[in-house]
Amino acid sequence: MSRDEVYERLNEVFRDVFDDESITVNDATTSDDIEDWDSLEHINLIAAVEQEFGIKFNMGQVVTMKNVGEMADIILAQTGA
Amino acid sequence: MKELEYPFDSEYILKKSKKLKRELMEGADRLLPKKIAVLGGSTTHDIIRILELFLLHQGICPSFYESEYAQYWQDAMFENPALERFAPDLIYIHTSNRNITAYPAVSDGEAAVDALLDEQYEHFRVMWEKLEQTYHCPVIQNNFEYPFYRILGNQEAVFRQGRIGFINRLNEKFYQYARTHGNFYIHDINYISAAYGLDRWADPFYWHMYKYAMCMQAIPEFAYNLSNIIKAVFGKNKKALVLDLDNTLWGGVVGDDGPENLEIGQETSMGQVYAEFQSYLKAQKDIGVMLNVNSKNDYENAVAGLNHPEGVLRPEDFILIKANWEPKSRNTEEIAAEMNILPDSLVFVDDNPAEREIVSAQVPGVTAPDIGTPEQYIRVLDHGGYFEVVGLSEDDKKRSEMYRANIERKRQQQRFGDYREYLLSLEMTAQIAPFAPVYMARIAQLTNKSNQFNLTTRRYTQSEIEGFAADDGYITRYGKLTDKFGDNGVVSVVIGRKDADGRTLHLELWLMSCRVLKRDMEYAMLDSIVQACRGCGIGTIMGYYYPTAKNGMVREFYADMGFTRLEEGEDGSTVWRFDIPQDYENRNTVIRVAP
Repeated sequence: MSRDEVYERLNEVFRDVFDDESITVNDATTSDDIEDWDSLEHINLIAAVEQEFGIKFNMGQVVTMKNVGEMADIILAQTGA
Repeated sequence: MKELEYPFDSEYILKKSKKLKRELMEGADRLLPKKIAVLGGSTTHDIIRILELFLLHQGICPSFYESEYAQYWQDAMFENPALERFAPDLIYIHTSNRNITAYPAVSDGEAAVDALLDEQYEHFRVMWEKLEQTYHCPVIQNNFEYPFYRILGNQEAVFRQGRIGFINRLNEKFYQYARTHGNFYIHDINYISAAYGLDRWADPFYWHMYKYAMCMQAIPEFAYNLSNIIKAVFGKNKKALVLDLDNTLWGGVVGDDGPENLEIGQETSMGQVYAEFQSYLKAQKDIGVMLNVNSKNDYENAVAGLNHPEGVLRPEDFILIKANWEPKSRNTEEIAAEMNILPDSLVFVDDNPAEREIVSAQVPGVTAPDIGTPEQYIRVLDHGGYFEVVGLSEDDKKRSEMYRANIERKRQQQRFGDYREYLLSLEMTAQIAPFAPVYMARIAQLTNKSNQFNLTTRRYTQSEIEGFAADDGYITRYGKLTDKFGDNGVVSVVIGRKDADGRTLHLELWLMSCRVLKRDMEYAMLDSIVQACRGCGIGTIMGYYYPTAKNGMVREFYADMGFTRLEEGEDGSTVWRFDIPQDYENRNTVIRVAP
């Protein structure tokens, strides 16, 4: 899977979770950039990303993840692409 | 909404909750509004998010009060103006084994363990009593699920010091409280977590990251199970099953294969599966669920199949057997009409997805779950929770008999020329009296589920009902009707509030079960109210009609009762007045009223 494909699918997940078709994420996107993305919605987002890519983040990763770019890095590493 | 019908896709619901809510809110003004306080011992945000969807789906439009994180006990026990202002219709206490503050130590003796058990229990008991005193509303309390590890291994439940043993005993104390207190319901998360899979359920990731008592993915099943209790408390349970026969109640097609060749009974594996399903349905009947048949078959063949010696269900277990070649949607409508219940009280069970599709499309309101393959039927229906039990009244146990008697009455009616003659032949006896303790549960149940013959559609909890009964400012009447076919139970409820002037009674509630329509029971009720009014110097009775989507049948009720219309609102609501004449004569002449 290429990084572009990961982003394509991530955009879908973000749009579903926040019910906003206009969202497009990139490496630098953080919770500050999306209005509804608070600590509570974060849980739901993580679960939805895990489901989309068939992966599981461990606690250490969730705690240290700083932006969507790092999320994409973990997804690429775990899906072995 | 199909996406929220059991069995559902939990991950889809979690991900799409915002979209689902948006769609559900479009019709929300027609739903029953309820205020629900969620007092949590762990994070409740996503539980409320998903619970809201299921409640909307079940016909309830909730608004929520949510305690601050883990403040359930403080919120309940101490002065709480915010919660008092909110005035909850229901309180849900979301605690889990993470809220057990101390477990026995391995060195503890029996007395120490018992003392600890009492201490943990008392923490909850005082809270429940405080809630009952302060809010007078139904309370739903989680029991405790098992921990995800076992210090004492397989002996964890055996030794008194083991946590599972401790939790079992604590749970039993909760159940004992529930058995002895009305309006208090256990939410069995011990069962739900086991059915879900305890290891997945208790994933510590979600506790340590977000302080959730269970994993995110389990929340939809959890919330659905909880919504089933809530909808049952507010009178939104389903009432009847509408069952297909071929490949639903037995394997094979009775018309083609002949009754002797059906798969039912202990001879084959498939036969056993169907026999177990029939046993399950028979047990449903015993708790008050009404069974009906809706099958494309000749009637004789259907009955021959139901008389199969290895079968568990018999033709007499069913209220109505519709076995014909009409569309199933039409049969379903007729079943609803003949039983005098609304289609949204029906669950249609058919192995054929096309039939389910037709029925759910043509008869709005009917639930037609995807029941899967025969070995899954029981689980799907059971976890669907359509008939969630919140109490077992005598009426529930006898319901099928009552409805059968009703249909028998209808048949008899056709043989009488004169309607009054028919009514007299029913040999009806009514008991009409102020609310009595033994009937409080049934009265509360009726106020919450009667939609059609209901003038004001006011919903009351059991404690409110008990409040009216004890209040001199109110005249209350329940009516119980018996006839030669059987006991109909409590079928009518009237609540009148005395005006401050002492001369007028305002009828806040008048309802009647549709199973006794056109029996003159309403006249007998009026007679009793008039009598009560005279006894305390009241000369005028005011009636009110508030229209809803379902109570059109009583729009002119007060006119029929001899009231005069005073005003009509823009929304169709009407106000009526009845001055009791000096020479009032009892309206009812066909029912013998026992004092």
